[in-house]
Amino acid sequence: MKRVDIKICILRVGGTNCDAETKRSFEELGAKADIVHVNELVKRRNLAEYSALVFPGGFSYGDYVRAGAIWAKWILARLGKELEAFVDDGRPILGICNGFQVLVEAGLLPAFNGISQQPEAALASNVRGYGCRWISLKHENMGKCIFTQKVPKGKVLRMPIAHGEGRFVFPKEKEKEFLKKLYDNDQLVFRYCTGDGEYAEGRFPENPNGSFHDIAGICNPEGTVFGLMPHPERAFYWWQQPDWTSKTRMPEYCDGKLVFESLIDYLERKS
Amino acid sequence: MTQSLFIRRKTLFPLYEINLLGAEDKQLLEVSRELGVGLNLGEMKKVQDYFQRKERNPTDVELQTIGQTWSEHCFHKTFKDKIQFDGKKIDSLLKTYIAKATEKVNPKWCFSVFEDNAGIVSFDKDYGVAIKVETHNHPSAVEPFGGAATGTGGVIRDILGVWADPIACTDILGFGPLDFDYKKLPAGVKHPKYVYRGVVAGIGSYGNNMGIPTVNGAVCFDESYVGNVVVYCGCVGLLPLSKFRKNAKAGDIIVVAGGRTGLDGIHGVTFASAELTEKSEAVSRPAVQIANPIEEEKLKRAIIEIRDSELASAITDLGGGGLSSAVGETAKKFGCGAEVELDKVPLKHSGMAPWEIYVSESQERMLLTVPKENLEKVLEVFEKEDVEATPIGRLTTDGVLILRYERVKVAELDISFLFKPPHTVRITKYESPEFEEPSFPEPSDLSEILRRLLSSPNIASKESIVRTYDHEVKGNTVIKPLQGVHAGPNDAAVLKPLSDSWKGIVLSCGINPCYGKIDPYWMAASAIDEAVRNNVAVGGRRIALLDNFTWGNPEKPERLGSLVKACEACYDVATALGTPFISGKDSLYNESPLGPVTPTLLISALGIVPDIRLAVSMETKASGDIIYLVGETFKELGGSEYYRLRGVLGKTVPKVRVAQVRSVFKAVTAAIDSGLVKACHDLSEGGLAVAAAEMCFAGGYGMKLDLRKVPREVFLDRDDYILFSESNSRFLVEISKRGSAEFENLMKGKPFAALGKTTRDKRLRFLGLKGKTVLEDSVDELGSTWRKALSSEV
Repeated sequence: MKRVDIKICILRVGGTNCDAETKRSFEELGAKADIVHVNELVKRRNLAEYSALVFPGGFSYGDYVRAGAIWAKWILARLGKELEAFVDDGRPILGICNGFQVLVEAGLLPAFNGISQQPEAALASNVRGYGCRWISLKHENMGKCIFTQKVPKGKVLRMPIAHGEGRFVFPKEKEKEFLKKLYDNDQLVFRYCTGDGEYAEGRFPENPNGSFHDIAGICNPEGTVFGLMPHPERAFYWWQQPDWTSKTRMPEYCDGKLVFESLIDYLERKS
Repeated sequence: MTQSLFIRRKTLFPLYEINLLGAEDKQLLEVSRELGVGLNLGEMKKVQDYFQRKERNPTDVELQTIGQTWSEHCFHKTFKDKIQFDGKKIDSLLKTYIAKATEKVNPKWCFSVFEDNAGIVSFDKDYGVAIKVETHNHPSAVEPFGGAATGTGGVIRDILGVWADPIACTDILGFGPLDFDYKKLPAGVKHPKYVYRGVVAGIGSYGNNMGIPTVNGAVCFDESYVGNVVVYCGCVGLLPLSKFRKNAKAGDIIVVAGGRTGLDGIHGVTFASAELTEKSEAVSRPAVQIANPIEEEKLKRAIIEIRDSELASAITDLGGGGLSSAVGETAKKFGCGAEVELDKVPLKHSGMAPWEIYVSESQERMLLTVPKENLEKVLEVFEKEDVEATPIGRLTTDGVLILRYERVKVAELDISFLFKPPHTVRITKYESPEFEEPSFPEPSDLSEILRRLLSSPNIASKESIVRTYDHEVKGNTVIKPLQGVHAGPNDAAVLKPLSDSWKGIVLSCGINPCYGKIDPYWMAASAIDEAVRNNVAVGGRRIALLDNFTWGNPEKPERLGSLVKACEACYDVATALGTPFISGKDSLYNESPLGPVTPTLLISALGIVPDIRLAVSMETKASGDIIYLVGETFKELGGSEYYRLRGVLGKTVPKVRVAQVRSVFKAVTAAIDSGLVKACHDLSEGGLAVAAAEMCFAGGYGMKLDLRKVPREVFLDRDDYILFSESNSRFLVEISKRGSAEFENLMKGKPFAALGKTTRDKRLRFLGLKGKTVLEDSVDELGSTWRKALSSEV
């Protein structure tokens, strides 16, 4: 697919609030991105027109009940079939922050055996409450995740987080089994680490929310559905970095761009 | 209710007629009290006179409407009425000082000042920036979370109310000491720790949920805030000026959109215009509204779309006074009358009386006027966003406000009467209280003092608060509230709101309540100087100001006297600096059983930086650089943090030398523009020592500075005074060796001096007047002292 023909659907609903900067990131790379209210998508039933789907950050429906829970159920009820077809077709879905929460609540992640009826993981309340800060991530994926194909394995990326419910957990009794699956299927994508790339091992603030195994982002077994708590769209330009004033030389873009670039690259290569 | 005064009309809904025509003075006051409208005798008499001329009794709806419109909160009587001050006649504080300063400065870049919901200045190309700062003290005292959340929600609607898209929030808070003795807490007053947690959570919840970054603020602690919490919420918005619509006309449809109207927020304005008492909790809880940020987020989307497609003719928010204020003011602004059918207003629950519907301050509502032909399209936009919107009436030609409920006319008032409350003349004077300068020997261990200053709540890191606010959302925050990996305290925030422009918005503030205890004039002057120098420090210029007064009961002459002094300073300093006021808000009657609030003026400053790549942060950048002190240091420790540590207030507060300040600021701006300035930090609470320490631990370098070099007045002959004086208009600036000659050239004629250098070893060292080291400490330890102090308190 030619870059100019790529069309990304950035979904939104009441409470979504990171759609504009997500759109900007795609457009900066020369792809077309539409911000679409779910009401419109239900009315037009045109999800199939899009090359990829993004659930951006925000507080969908005020995050009442659990973060992302209401939007997930809403989507499944109104657009379940289309969404399933979209995934089956191998079209990429990206969930950032609240979007990650939605994907987990909807059973699209980790989706060990395809889309699950019940959530297989949760993004629970942070151990220390809401926090907004820049953190470091270590890239763990061996090559399955299409959203990080431009990121070398082991590379440390910096992005900001801003959430109150981002503590990735599995059911206690299945922790080991599920973690093994993540590794076996190459579903682990990002883990929280120190600036030098040492795993956070649960330490605050490197692991900002208390996530199990320092997990910050995972993909589905096919590598086409990806969710992460940090915000790549807020780490796109050099001037968004917290310490640009201390640097004498600065690359034009920063780490978050790699996520968008990997996706666009993948779509370009896909026939 | 007394039978003879209140007559129940024979309607299917609750409606009372008030027997005002023959009422005596005592009864007039009884009516005012019974209805909770807060009108005084003079005002009730004017109302009585009006209805005598109309030869009929008023309804409860009419009296409530008048009560709301004439309240201090809606009409700002104190700032608009006549005051006799020390024999001098002042016709409106606003006109005489605040707006007058703007008139005198008269900059071309002001688009709308003091007129609309927010002030607007031009920004880049067709874009303008709107800004407003609100006070929400009273509600936050009664219900900290809800009060602060709705304060944020309210100020965001002010920005929507000028068709601007909100892009940043600010919050400036004042609490009682967090370790305040529970036993000393009077009945009805909540403990500062409880208030602190609730307020911080409330502000975070609203801004975060709406996806608006909270980027600038301040937190002050003062005993007088125990009974009177201070909550200032600000919001900045961006709008294409060509889409600013303000041309409503008779025949346009009045549409109310957003949340439903309920019993929350009844009489909020009357409550805000009275002192807090033990009973405030029980009596006024319903005056605090309930927040629903997601509703406002949806409302925002719809309003921006309506703006862009130019479908409406005017907009305003429903804030204090609810519909009564929004409908009345809209009609007045466009020289119209209005007809409203109150039964059309969507309600949260049934059984509300017409007057309750009309004055309810339920949140997340906006009022639009829409030309008939666009109505359908406007309603469609709202529907698309899942926002309820309802036409409730229309503007008319006759200058009369008519309210109906189920086809029964429940109010008919002339707009001209409604907006002419009786003038009062208040007589006041200002007698400055007697203070003494303390005398104590110079302490031997100044490092110990610096550590104690860094852990004083007013100076200590506010990271535990700032991290709970999303300051990154929208991805446009260039200079953040916490600087870099070491989270240093930046002087101002810088935003880059437009994708295709490097121009930035600079936000800062100034507040010095402690000086207000000694001298309200210099307190106000200092707040302006601080707000502006914070802005200048990061590269801001073309600065506009907002004033927010938190004062005690203005009916008490000494409170009003100090207010006049503060307003005088506003005029003097703003004109000297060439910084116009563009908006403001006052919160008066901040009195509790513990006494009045310390007169507190918040000055917010909105500047621009032509290119964000020029913006400067406060952390040290390298070792071997030269550290300059710009500005003169005086023996001005009255109200300082240093004196507070010693338990004294002092006498000599920092002044502003208006004759030279502007040229000093201009020179700093020129240095920043020349690219020479590697770091710049303003000197405020804790003076030179604290500013230097902050720059060191934020950047991870040390400094070796010589106090003998400090440009200062002759009588300043003690190391501790030089280190901790809080004199205004001063900056610490880091310049590379190579740039020093050019910098010195740019600063020629200004008070400045090279104090020393940055060092690789992480030690902060000061040589004293005798040439010996008088203060030496580890930068890392100073940093951790500063970072930990407040987070361990809560």
